[in-house]
Amino acid sequence: MKIIVLIKQVPATTDVKIDPETNTLKREGVEAVINPFDMYAIEEALRIRERLGEGEIVALSMGPPQAEQALREAISMGCDRAVLLSDRKFAGSDTWATSYTLARAIRKIGDCRVILCGKQASDGDTAQVGPGVSTHLDIPQVTYVKKIEKIDAASATVERMTEEGYDIIETPVPVVLTVVKEINEPRLPSLKGKMRARKAGIPVWTAEDLGCDEGKIGLDGSPTRVVKVFTPPPREGGRVLEGEPEETSKELAGLIKDIIIG
Amino acid sequence: MDYLLTEEQQMIKDLCRQIAEEKIKPVAAEYDESGEFAWDIMKVFAESDICGIYIPEEYGGMGGGVLELAIATEELSWGCGGISLGFAATGLGTFPIILYGNEEQKAKYLPDIASGKKLAAFALTEAEAGSDAGGIKTTAKKEGDHYVLNGTKQWITNAGEAEIYTVVAMTDRARGARGASTFIVEKDTPGVSFGKKENKMGIRSSATREVIFDNCRIPKENILGREGLGFIVAMKTFDHSRPGVAAQAVGIAQRALDEAVKYSHERKQFGHSISSFQGVQFMLADMAMQVEASRALIYSAAKMIDSGAKNIAKVSAMCKTFASDTAMKVTTDAVQVFGGYGYMKEYPVEKLMRDAKITQIYEGTNQIQRGAIASSLIKESLA
Repeated sequence: MKIIVLIKQVPATTDVKIDPETNTLKREGVEAVINPFDMYAIEEALRIRERLGEGEIVALSMGPPQAEQALREAISMGCDRAVLLSDRKFAGSDTWATSYTLARAIRKIGDCRVILCGKQASDGDTAQVGPGVSTHLDIPQVTYVKKIEKIDAASATVERMTEEGYDIIETPVPVVLTVVKEINEPRLPSLKGKMRARKAGIPVWTAEDLGCDEGKIGLDGSPTRVVKVFTPPPREGGRVLEGEPEETSKELAGLIKDIIIG
Repeated sequence: MDYLLTEEQQMIKDLCRQIAEEKIKPVAAEYDESGEFAWDIMKVFAESDICGIYIPEEYGGMGGGVLELAIATEELSWGCGGISLGFAATGLGTFPIILYGNEEQKAKYLPDIASGKKLAAFALTEAEAGSDAGGIKTTAKKEGDHYVLNGTKQWITNAGEAEIYTVVAMTDRARGARGASTFIVEKDTPGVSFGKKENKMGIRSSATREVIFDNCRIPKENILGREGLGFIVAMKTFDHSRPGVAAQAVGIAQRALDEAVKYSHERKQFGHSISSFQGVQFMLADMAMQVEASRALIYSAAKMIDSGAKNIAKVSAMCKTFASDTAMKVTTDAVQVFGGYGYMKEYPVEKLMRDAKITQIYEGTNQIQRGAIASSLIKESLA
């Protein structure tokens, strides 16, 4: 069974500066790592392969040439091989264009039963690429997966985390699963994995290799634009009303009235 | 200092530091307190492929040597000098097989050690024999196709946890040290049992027990080398393993230095960080010099041993003695830098001091080592 893990290289710190001119993240001089949520996806792929006793795991990333480093790290953890999508034409892609491009690559890799990725990236925080890929591929998706109960070449049963608990979902495969950190504890790389990673040839596919429709990639293929990026002000502490229920409920009603009526 | 390690050695160093930082450090205090053996960390060692770094490639290892073992042991010991012993003492138990095992013995035992499936232990010390190997009382009597072992080994690291034991026993007591032989004994052999786990000052999560042989019959094929070679096997084994003890010591010392430097920024007295006081600065500088000098000596000794050099007893003893004395001094100074806090178990440095002490004692006390260094010097001067 072939499993594809989608990974993104992100700045190691959450304290990233934003370029006020271009509204993009300043990545220079910041150490880059695999998006932490994608680490859980890699680990889960390895566990599926161990559970089934067979399978091939392909790590797939779209990004600048240096994203190759993240793919090598994925191989050092145990992924069988990796593919990088890198082309100047991909620059400026929003989540829609990115998921279109990734979907093209998944088709080109072919015969994949499960696509795993983190629930979101720690830099952009959109949580849209996983679902976007499933839409472009026209296959089911389950987001916020916290446990894979059963999986084979025909179907999967998974637990989707909700705010109150979890849903148990049965889905046919191929399927896109986005995972939360509750699903596992990612392993460290192994020495043999690190050596394999050092030597591994990682093919770089361009827009042409993927046969992309040029109107659907990069800035031109992106229906959304980032108008402004800013750090939201920290949430102010709430207020606790104390006293007898009768009084506090009256006080609360008064506060709500003030907000609604002003 | 940059030791110009190969890419592979650097990889070992980085990975072992990552294991120490992410997996060992967070649980070290807990294991120190409970004295439990850290099997979950042994599993991490196995999954990370580090168990075979000093084992030849044809037996599933990475084909490294004493230097690779030292690099790994140092980094793991930075995390915890007790937990790292599950790995390092397996090296001690495995060297007799690497150095003196025949093809069949190597093929049978090394792959499981290399994969991390099994741990090993070396059983030499007894109540009345350690450095004085001639005083060994455990006997191995040949009976047909078997040897029958009787006796009790003491303070055996990894005992009860390891599957494979290399055991020194007397095949001919009349010949003294020349009547000793070394055997491979599997844990589940009838007649093998273990004493209670010792309650130690330091390296508390490491398992230290008696290994008791009561009419334990092992196939005669399990002898390493031949009868009478036991003392030589033990000495050559220690020549190869002592840089590992030294590396354990330098790992502990480096951690003590790191903790002391960090704390000296944080701790404020008289309105200043104590790192701005010359009295503290000089201590830190001395600690750093001693740690670096120890490391340089270990790496040099290890390289010399790996090169196949013949007379390695002196350098092996030198690096063990120098690094373990350094560890004791540096960890004591780290406690001093921490002051009263350093004496408290909530802070990590008192454990380092307790863990450091054993490195001056085991695999031959530092007094025995100094004796060996001196006798080498005298021998060389007369040659």
